[in-house]
Amino acid sequence: MAAGTMRSAKRDTWGLVLTVVSGIMMITGLYLAFVFAPPAVNLQTAVERFTQRIMYFHVGAAWVGFFAFFITFAAGIGYLWRRTFFWDNLANSSVEIGLTFMTMVLVTGSMWAKPTWNTWWTWSPRLTISAIGWLMYIGYLMLRSAIDNPPRRARFAAVYGIVAFMSVPINFMAIRWWRDIHPAVVASGANEGTGGFNMSPNMTTALMFCIAAFTVFYFTLLYHRMRLGQTEHEVETLRQEILYR
Amino acid sequence: MIKVRNLVKAFGSRVVLHNISFEIAAGEFVTLLGINGAGKTTLMSIISTLSRPTAGSIFIGDMNAQQHAAYIRRYIGLVSHKTLLYDDLSGEQNLRFYARMYDVQNPAARIETVLRQVGLWGRQKDPVRTYSRGMQQRLAIARAILHNPPILLLDEPDTGLDQGAATMLGDLLAAVGTAQRTVLMTTHNLERGLSLGNRVLMLADGKIAVDAPRDEVSVESLSRFYRQ
Amino acid sequence: MPQPSSIIADGTITRQPPPFAYFRKVWAIVAKDIAAELRTKEMLSAMFVFSLLVIFIFNFAFDLRTDNANTLAPGVLWVAIAFAGMLGLGRSFITERDRGSLEGLLLAPVDRSAIYLGKFLGNVLFISVVEVVILPLFIVFFNQPLGIIVPLVGVVILGTIGFAGVGTLFSAMVIHTRARDVLLPIMLFPVVVPVLLAAVRLTAGILDKLPFEDVQNWLGLLVAFDLIFLAVSYMMFEYVVEE
Repeated sequence: MAAGTMRSAKRDTWGLVLTVVSGIMMITGLYLAFVFAPPAVNLQTAVERFTQRIMYFHVGAAWVGFFAFFITFAAGIGYLWRRTFFWDNLANSSVEIGLTFMTMVLVTGSMWAKPTWNTWWTWSPRLTISAIGWLMYIGYLMLRSAIDNPPRRARFAAVYGIVAFMSVPINFMAIRWWRDIHPAVVASGANEGTGGFNMSPNMTTALMFCIAAFTVFYFTLLYHRMRLGQTEHEVETLRQEILYR
Repeated sequence: MIKVRNLVKAFGSRVVLHNISFEIAAGEFVTLLGINGAGKTTLMSIISTLSRPTAGSIFIGDMNAQQHAAYIRRYIGLVSHKTLLYDDLSGEQNLRFYARMYDVQNPAARIETVLRQVGLWGRQKDPVRTYSRGMQQRLAIARAILHNPPILLLDEPDTGLDQGAATMLGDLLAAVGTAQRTVLMTTHNLERGLSLGNRVLMLADGKIAVDAPRDEVSVESLSRFYRQ
Repeated sequence: MPQPSSIIADGTITRQPPPFAYFRKVWAIVAKDIAAELRTKEMLSAMFVFSLLVIFIFNFAFDLRTDNANTLAPGVLWVAIAFAGMLGLGRSFITERDRGSLEGLLLAPVDRSAIYLGKFLGNVLFISVVEVVILPLFIVFFNQPLGIIVPLVGVVILGTIGFAGVGTLFSAMVIHTRARDVLLPIMLFPVVVPVLLAAVRLTAGILDKLPFEDVQNWLGLLVAFDLIFLAVSYMMFEYVVEE
């Protein structure tokens, strides 16, 4: 059993490739966001025009935050179906990364909102759903940390990951009906919300590239986090074998 | 009656049962011995369909216990070290509830029969929380045999009983008709385990270390498994 | 149904499942919970007193008067229901855990979903009993017309179903955790935000006598949530209680 699971001890070519590629993409993304993309034309003050550039990372992080939640949902189904450590490792790793990005979404959003909306926080649908998503991630990690038995921890986490993710679209719909002032940046009615602006082709290019860069970055972190989880799992297996043989 | 084939149970990376196989014929009374932590309770909860095995299979009769769990549960009665009773309900209410869960026919008559067998008739209207530990355990036995199961699993039935009550356990089990049932009992008490039953299984380090008729083993020959 | 050939034939005691055996067992679980609760009334009285306290505390915190009652009352009502409901849900499986009676339930020859349904119906029933007492008091404290009680009961029941549907599933999970009752609200509230939002909007609609068209999408959302999450929780329960 021990020899067969020693995957993490192999040479890590994939990790190196992913790390280098995402590094290059993130630096390129920075260049595109700060230099390549033109300032937004219809914003009044210099501060507003400058903070608008936060969007390139804010949207990328938000995308990754919710995408990571989806991966946890899918991994939960995978775990209940196959019952292997791989799926639990995937679900847990994705939540940890998703939580980090979701925190970044909330922080960058507040930094942008202060000069633009003149408030750090408002209960708009996207803000509210991000905050609720963030709380769900926290709840997921708290649930995991409160269970000692590893298969039970994996099972309960899978169930919670599935139920919580299914509530996200309904949550979003409910909050959208409740109130909405957030700009719909990529959608057609871009100019409706407070602080909205029309995107020039170069801005769209920069945004799309940043979303792609964040996605690659997410998979890089996921890869490394899962290797770490796998190694922890192997160490624990070895420890048990030494203790109980 | 009970067939255990290549059973493995692991909690994460900790393997509790290593590839266990044995069979118990109809009518046998088998005692399963082993120190605390040897995996006795884990094995019992897998046989009773409460736990899923990591690998391997259990057959009750000739039915796979995993595939037909909801069906074969009616053939199994379990006495656990916990009472599985509701403290706030009376003894009779407890039994009436479980009679409904097991589709027992003529529940009132059957409840009276088992309550008389365990010597609790007369106290059936009192809440269980007013019972002594020994009475609660007798009610737990009544609960387990309520649906007259051909298989009786006794998981440390002497836990929390005083010496007198524990000595009476054998008589009590005889009174509820272990003779007509297949019985698997776990205990960490070597002497008591050997005083009941006609076959001994010793579980050590997640494996069956001894499988012998009662008459071929002695307290002395088994006590080495109890030294850490 | 295949018969285990080597099992002792025993037709006298355990019979073949009667028709509707599944629902009889669901009802047996509900009846058992009612009997246990009627003996102590611990949970119902705690939930009732707690929801009253919530209403009082809001009164101090927001200086409730008749002129601002309609704005704040729906929120007050639903916070009271949600927190009282949380108390009930938290107890729901802890009582099964004390003496291992959850194992007793799991050993019974019935599909595990029957246990979920039984506990769910019990939870809805207990929360509803509290609501039946709270609603008239709510009308008195906030000076509302008596007639609103009929639509209000409908909204309250729909909201309770969604809340207890997910809550029963999570409550079966938290009994196996170290944090137990602390964890339940943290897990449950983010998931049931749509229930609370829809229920508050519908309650506000009733108090403001809005035409039905103005609030019907909230009603649709509430019903959709109830159906989806009852189905998901029903399916997931098996994975929660297996070992």
